[in-house]
Formats: sequence, C-alpha cells, structure tokens
Amino acid sequence: MRVTLLVFRTLGTLALTFFGLLAVTFVIGRVVPIDPVLKIVGDRALPEVYERVRQELGLHLPIWQQFLLYLQKVLSGDFGRSALTGQPVLADIARFFPATVELATAATLLGVLLGVPAGVVAAVHRDRWPDHLVRVFGLVGYSVPVFWLGLMGLVLFYAKLGWVEGPGRLGVAFEDLLEPTTGLLLLDAALSGEWEIFANALGHLILPASVLGYFSLAYISRMTRSFMLAELRQEYVTTARVKGLPEWRVVWRHAFGNCMVPLVTVVALSYGSLLEGAVLTETVFAWPGLGRYITDSLFNADMNAVLGGTIVVGCVFIGLNLFSDLLYRLLDPRART
Amino acid sequence: MAEPSARARTELSRLTGAALHPLVEVADLRVRFPTHRGPIEAVRGVSFTMGAERLGIVGESGSGKSTVGRALLGLVPPPGEVTAERLVVDGIDVPRAGPRTLRELRGGRASMVLQDPKFSLNPVMRVGVQIVEAVRRHRRIGRREARERAMAMLEAVRIREPARVFRAFPHELSGGMGQRVMIAMMLVAEPRLLIADEPTSALDVTVQMQVLAILDDLVAARGMGLVFISHDLELVASFCDRVLVMYDGRIVETCRARELAAARHPYTRGLLGCLPRLDTPARRLPTLRRDPAWTARR
Amino acid sequence: MSGLRAWLEAPVPASRAHARAQAWWLAWCAFRANPIAMVGLGLVLLLLVTALFAPWLAGRSPIEQDLANRLAPPSAVHWLGTDELGRDIWARIVWGSRITLAIVGIVVVIVGPLGLLVGTVAGYLGGWVDTVLMRLTDVFLAFPRLILALALAAALGPGIENAILAIAVTAWPPYARLARAETLTIRNSDFIAAAIVQGASTPRILLGHVVPLCLSSVIVRLTLDMAGIILTAAGLGFLGLGAQPPAPEWGAMIASGRQYVLDQWWVAAMPGAAIFLVSLGFNLLGDGLRDVLDPKGGRG
Repeated sequence: MRVTLLVFRTLGTLALTFFGLLAVTFVIGRVVPIDPVLKIVGDRALPEVYERVRQELGLHLPIWQQFLLYLQKVLSGDFGRSALTGQPVLADIARFFPATVELATAATLLGVLLGVPAGVVAAVHRDRWPDHLVRVFGLVGYSVPVFWLGLMGLVLFYAKLGWVEGPGRLGVAFEDLLEPTTGLLLLDAALSGEWEIFANALGHLILPASVLGYFSLAYISRMTRSFMLAELRQEYVTTARVKGLPEWRVVWRHAFGNCMVPLVTVVALSYGSLLEGAVLTETVFAWPGLGRYITDSLFNADMNAVLGGTIVVGCVFIGLNLFSDLLYRLLDPRART
Repeated sequence: MAEPSARARTELSRLTGAALHPLVEVADLRVRFPTHRGPIEAVRGVSFTMGAERLGIVGESGSGKSTVGRALLGLVPPPGEVTAERLVVDGIDVPRAGPRTLRELRGGRASMVLQDPKFSLNPVMRVGVQIVEAVRRHRRIGRREARERAMAMLEAVRIREPARVFRAFPHELSGGMGQRVMIAMMLVAEPRLLIADEPTSALDVTVQMQVLAILDDLVAARGMGLVFISHDLELVASFCDRVLVMYDGRIVETCRARELAAARHPYTRGLLGCLPRLDTPARRLPTLRRDPAWTARR
Repeated sequence: MSGLRAWLEAPVPASRAHARAQAWWLAWCAFRANPIAMVGLGLVLLLLVTALFAPWLAGRSPIEQDLANRLAPPSAVHWLGTDELGRDIWARIVWGSRITLAIVGIVVVIVGPLGLLVGTVAGYLGGWVDTVLMRLTDVFLAFPRLILALALAAALGPGIENAILAIAVTAWPPYARLARAETLTIRNSDFIAAAIVQGASTPRILLGHVVPLCLSSVIVRLTLDMAGIILTAAGLGFLGLGAQPPAPEWGAMIASGRQYVLDQWWVAAMPGAAIFLVSLGFNLLGDGLRDVLDPKGGRG
C-alpha cells in the first residue's frame, strides 16, 4: 500500500524534474547568439526565404507555444538531426550510449569493490595510518582533473610501460568482427566465446575504467568512512561487543549492515557523476561513447546533438537519483512504516 | 544433619558469596581519558568486592558509575586508560586478558543491559536474530535449538507473543518490550553476572516497575550477581542488597541497602535529604551543597 | 604582543566586539592545530600571492612566442619548458593563476549570495513561496552539473564570461538547500520571536539574524566546492569553452598540449599539476574549516 504510494510520488517527481530539464535545455537552445534561421539560409537570402524558413522552424510563434512544440518533439523522440552526421540525434545517441554504459559500469564496479572496504578499514582504524592513507588517496582523487589524469595515465601505462592498450575501444584489427548484441563489448565477446577480442577489449577498457574508477573510489570510500564512523559510535555496537561477538562481526555484520542502505544511494549517485566524468575522459581515450559524441558535436557547434545528449544524460542522472531515493525507502526497515 | 534445601542453599550462597567466591574483585580501579586540556580521571581508585548478590552503584552524571560498569567488561572505549591493582570478574583478570578471553567473558560469563533499547538494539536486524546470535556465540548449539532457547527467553521476560516479537524489528516494539528483549538477549547465554546500566531510566514509570520485577525474578532464580547502576537512590535502595555511592570518581559510601538511612557521608545525607517525602512536608526542599573536600580526599 | 594575546584569552570579555574577537581567535587556534588545514591554507595563499605578483614571479610574457625553441624540456632558462609555440610554460601557469582566481572568485560571489537569498527566503516565509522555490531548486539539483554547464557554455559561445555564467547557474542550488535547512531550524527560535515582537521587518530579520547564522555552513561548503568549480572550469577550458587563446588558461593549456603528450609530456603535465595543487588546497582548507566550524560533523 505505502509502496505504491511511494512509487507514484517518485514518478510524479520524475515527471516534474524531466519537465524542468526540458525547460532548461529549451532555454539553452534559445540562448544561442547565432540566428538559427541565418545559419540555414545564409546571410544573402531574400527576405521571403528568410521568413519562410523562420515560419518552418516555428520561430514566429509565442515562446510558450514554441516550448510546447519542443516538448512534443522531444517526447516523440525527435531530437532533431545532427549537423555532423546527418542522422537523427536519437539514433546517434543509441549507437554510442552502450560504450559509455560499459565504461561507467566498469568504473563503478572498481570504485565499489575497492572503495567500500577501504572506507570500512579507514573508519575502523580511525586516525591511524590506514585511515590517513585512504583519506589522502581519496583526497587526491577529489582534486585531480579527470581528463588530465587520463592523459598522464596514457603516457605512463601505454606509451612508457606498454601495460595497456591505447586509445579507442578495440584494436583496429578486431573492429567490426563482432555482432553487437548488447553493445557492451566485453559481454558480447564473452557470450560468443571470442576470447581474443575479449582480451583486447579488456586491455582497452582497463585504463579509462581505472581512471574513472579512481573518482568513484574517492567518493565511495569517503562516504563509507563517514557512515561507518557514525555507526561505530552507536550504542548497538557496544551491545554487540557486550555479547562477546568477534570484532569482524561487529564491524561488518552490525555496523556495516546499517550502512548498506545509504551506500546504495551513494553508489547510484556515483554512477551518475561518472556519466558526467565520462564526457571528458572519453575524449582523451577516443572512446566512442556518448561523452565523445557530445564533445565532438560541441566542437562543431552542433547544438541539436549537444542538447540531445544533455537530455539523455540528464534523464539517466535524474532517474538514478530518484531510483536510489526509492530504493533507500524500500530497503530501510525503519523507513517503511 | 538434614540436607539444606535448594532455597536455603541459594540464600546461603547469597549471604556468604562475597566472602567465599567473590564474583567481582576490584581494587584501586582508575580510568583516565586524555583530552586536549589534560587528562580527565573518570574513576579514581574504586575498590569493592561482590558475590552472587545485588550491588547498587549510585551517583550523579559524571560520577564515573557507568565507566566502572564498562571497565568490568573491558569495554572502556579508547583513548581511555584502565589501571587497577586488581580487576577480576568471574575469575578472569580483565586488564591482562587477551581479546579471546575477553570475548569469552562478555555475554557468556558476564553481560550488560544498556539504557535505551531505541539505541542499544540493532535497528536493521530482527530481534530474534539478535538474541540467537548471542546464544550461538557462547554455546555450541544448532540453529533450531538456539531459536527455541531464544523463544524460551522471550517468554521468561513475560513477552506475550514471543513468535511475533521474534520476527519484529526493534523500532516496532515499545520501550518496555525493547528493554525486555535486551534483558533476554543478555541472559540467554546464562552468564553469572549481569550489569544493568540505568536499565529503567528511559522507560515510563509504570513500565519501570514491570521491568524491574522481571529482572528481580530472573536474577534470583539463576543465582546471579547483579550490578545495578543508577542515579536513582531510592530505586537502588529498594532493589539492591548493598549500595555504593559514587561522587566524582570515588566511592564515598558503602552500606547495606536497609541501613541507608543511617548513612554517614555528607553527600549521601545530602542526597537523602533532597528526596521529598509526603509524610513530613517541608516548606522548602533542601538542595545539595557540594563540598570540595569530598573530591580532594586521597 | 603579549598584551594583545592576554586580551584575546581573557576569561571574561569586556564588550561585544571583544567577545567576537575572542571567538575568532579561538577558531583560529583550533584551525591552526590542524596541520592538514594549514597546508590547505598555505596552498590557497600561494595561489593568491602568485596571482597578485604574477608579473614579477613570471619573469616574462606568457604570450611571447619563440618558435625556434618550441617544445623544449624543462631547463634553467625555461623552468617548466616551453609549449608548442615556444611560450614559457612557467610564465603561462603563473599568469593563468589570475584567470583561475577570477573564475573561482566571481562564481563564489554570485553563487553564495544567490543561494543564501533563495534559501533563507524560502525557509523563513514558508508556504507557497517555499514550495515554489524549493521545487525549482530541487529540479536544478537533480541535473548533472557539468553537462549543463557545458551545454550552456556551448550555447553562449566560447569566452570566459560565458564559462563563469554557466558554472554559476549550475552551482547555486546546493546553497539554497543548505541555507533553507539552517533557516528552518532557526525560524522558531525565541530570539527571532523577540525581534518580530520588537517590530523588526522581515528583510531586517533575514539579513541581520538569519543570514549570519547560516553563514558558517555556507562558507564551509563554498570552500569545498571551490575545488569542484576549478575542476569544472578546467574541463570547460579543456573543451575550448573558457578563456580563449592566447590566454593562458590552465585547462586550455592541457588541451593544446595533448597532441604532444607522448613525447613532450610536460606541456600537458604542468598545467594539470597546477590545477591539482590549487584544487587540493581548497579541499584541505574546506575540510579544516569544517572541522572547526561544524564540530558535529567530524571529531566527536
């Protein structure tokens, strides 16, 4: 009963926020100082041609009507055409999105697998050297520009040490050899048993995923530490010790057990911010994902593509935020009443 | 000579317990906390022994009574430093015990009931699981038997629907029920000593009496020792056999509960004097005037 | 000096100004005890000093080209080497500190007051004003900051003012939220009621009572955010959306050095290191400030 109410409220907030996102992108689209009509007809066009194109684009209508038209188009999946590829923007995005998902997922996995234990260890050994190590490591992750780290990583691990593959998602020799089923190279390669391709793809994925993963790790370990410190101060931890439980059980089963639910929110938020970080990192690694699509479109002043990409990333971001909020309320036994 | 009955035996061991088999021996216990502004001594040279009896420790906030309770289980949180000439609980030398021995002590031989079940029970674990965890830690029994013992314990603390409470989360229980669960959890592994740190302070007055009655029954039936820590002098006097009054980290008075009215230390007398009485109404309630001399002793 | 110190550490303050001075002194002492925070403060001061004394510290012009000497490695003459147009990297970084400082400073000056205003008004007035403002803030909060700043900067066109605007527009929501939360806790206090009874107008209450109390958490958050602002600005610069060439903006320097990074790594590495140091400084400073001003957060 409560659950359905909660789901409805979340969907309502989602709709409202999505509406807001479209309003913002609409405004951004209108803010462009270049006259879109001129861009199409050129500055030597006749006034009638200018007026005709202007009518076609709907620019003669009052603003709120233009917005409604815009809403209509977006909701039907029409994000306009990319000036660069000539394709509908949504089709382009669908093509490039899986690569970004693969990158963000791999990075988040790294961040969680390394960041959560690091945060717990830091909290348990507060103010001693493991804590300082984790905090410094995380702090560096907070302060370094992600694209620069990627660049330096390429120089060190690819150019100088040769431990990983270079920019791009797959070696030239392997391109187009695989039928894209999910769009996630690693998964597709594993599913078809093409282990050579898998190894190559992994070699390409590991550096960008590690660079982005470092950010995820910094955030997740910091939040985990913070949550654990708060829980370790609670009375029920003393109770667990009074019962004579071994310390590892007190820390992991009791204290950490109470952190798991807020951590879900943290991981979801981290995933969202990794999608953003991917925008800059993909450029450095020539990773053919949504981020690179947006930045390439940016360089070509292709506002349709930029805004289309913004909407998609924005939607995923909003969706993740709200989903994690919902998940929190569903999982926490206290919040259920 | 006739065999002494079980009841007589319990009574006998209660009275002589302190002399023959002390459950707790404390000599010159000191607990220090280093802070930015210099070390703070929470406990300054406390000494007492007890057997299978009920010992009350009374004091105001900051008197060190809770710290004494925690020191008995080796649970003074760092950076606190515990030193004692002698600190033996059920035969275990606490300051010198290794972590494994301490874990044996806690829960299995001595345990502690904390003040507020809202905070002292794990909010995301079902109550039954928490009790089962306590018993399986100390007794090698299977899951089914552990569950049965947990249910039996819930019945022993007079919870009417043990099955429902077993599956419940702590926030679904009232304060009184939560505290009873806490008692069940702490007694299920059958320790010999129970430390109760303000066990009824977070409860409504009516519920307080119920919980105390349960505690009374269980402790008596099992022949356990009980350390009852509280700020409520009257409560402690009515419930315990002996009373220790603490002030500023020291014991200022030791006496039998029924001899409390004849207490000698000015602090105790002051506390007694502050208690309002219906049969001798006073126009003005006396307040406690603290004498720095009480602190400066030793 | 001992006279001043004795005055600051006197057990009973003589006047309100005296009490305030003592509070500042105590906060400073607590702050000073934290070595990490002092490192942060040092780094931030370094940025300020570098920006202020750029002409003298750099030694030469940041835009002067020397094509015969391009992509030279670090040496005694060019401390950090030269870039693809023969410009001295050290000089460019030093002068670029002014750009960084300008961006951070202006964004903070816009975002802080704006967030405070929206948050305190929403929290204090409540009702539909609160609902509308908070819905607006929530909607903005749910957006991905970098992407929106990017889209906005792209739309407005390259240029440092547009980059600043884009960052500011996406950065203010958390402060409104923060200020509102603080205002809600203060709103029903007795001293506010006393001020109302004395006839103080709403703006006066807001500015005189509510805002000063929200200030400390907003300042802490701002300092911590400055690192993020610097990184966002660098990202925009990397994509060509910030200060335009030949301005020595650090992010743009990384972008132009990118093509040579495999062999002449210093061209891209040095500006990145500068960004890292400054960002680190603000993070450390913010952490230290939070430990001092918001004790319930950290050490118990």
